[in-house]
Amino acid sequence: MFILFSNLNSESETEVENSPVLTEEGDPTASTDEDVPWIVLVWNDPINLMSYVTHVLQKLFGYSTEKATQLMLDVHNKGRAVVSNGSKEKAELDVFRLHEYGLWATMQKDS
Amino acid sequence: MFVDRRFRVKRNGNVEIKIAEDERLLLVNLIGQLRELVLSTAPEGEVDPSLRRLYPAAYADNAQQELEYQRSMRDQLLERRLSNLDAVETTLSDRELGQETLNCWIMAINDLRLVLGTHLDVSEEDEPNFLDDDDPQQHQSAIYHYLSHLLGELVEVADN
Repeated sequence: MFILFSNLNSESETEVENSPVLTEEGDPTASTDEDVPWIVLVWNDPINLMSYVTHVLQKLFGYSTEKATQLMLDVHNKGRAVVSNGSKEKAELDVFRLHEYGLWATMQKDS
Repeated sequence: MFVDRRFRVKRNGNVEIKIAEDERLLLVNLIGQLRELVLSTAPEGEVDPSLRRLYPAAYADNAQQELEYQRSMRDQLLERRLSNLDAVETTLSDRELGQETLNCWIMAINDLRLVLGTHLDVSEEDEPNFLDDDDPQQHQSAIYHYLSHLLGELVEVADN
């Protein structure tokens, strides 16, 4: 999983370096970027305990035991789960709080 | 070496702790090592490979935004990690913990697991294997599984 993680990074870097102009000109909705809701994903990893992930989701988002457990199981079985969404600022704060707890969280625009 | 039950919620909401002396010494040692590692982290750019799980990428598909995230957040993450380590260190000999300190323990013990687990390259199927005397990682692996057990107990008592 860590190898996958670094692959993701290097691929995205290449992509962005090669196509900054294309992104700006090719996307007529670029000016409304801030309005697009963002989603926060938690990814499966071999280190974090299942009980720990459930605990963190309950603590940070106030989810019920049932909902937090279901999200944890989605992460575990499907590789990832959307744990929150909202504006870019909110998503970034949520990602930061998840990173404080050592969960592997990323954010992206909802598509 | 291990006490049966290390943590117990008291009526006043605090958590009573009972940790054997050798566990305490082990934790002091591990915390000192992690503090040194964390302090060696630069505010941006590559981190020591064993620390990569402490500073995950927020934007998997946008290098520029990721750089900005690391610039604005890595120092805060670092501060938080150091203050958790300090909190555990100063309360290791206490008889009970408040809820806030309990949370610092949970985060710090998990940080130790993240770094040790990354170093050991653990997989989800890994079971403790203490039979192979020739395995140079056996000692670290035993510590990793001990920390997993400790964290499980902390989470259980926090959820009560």
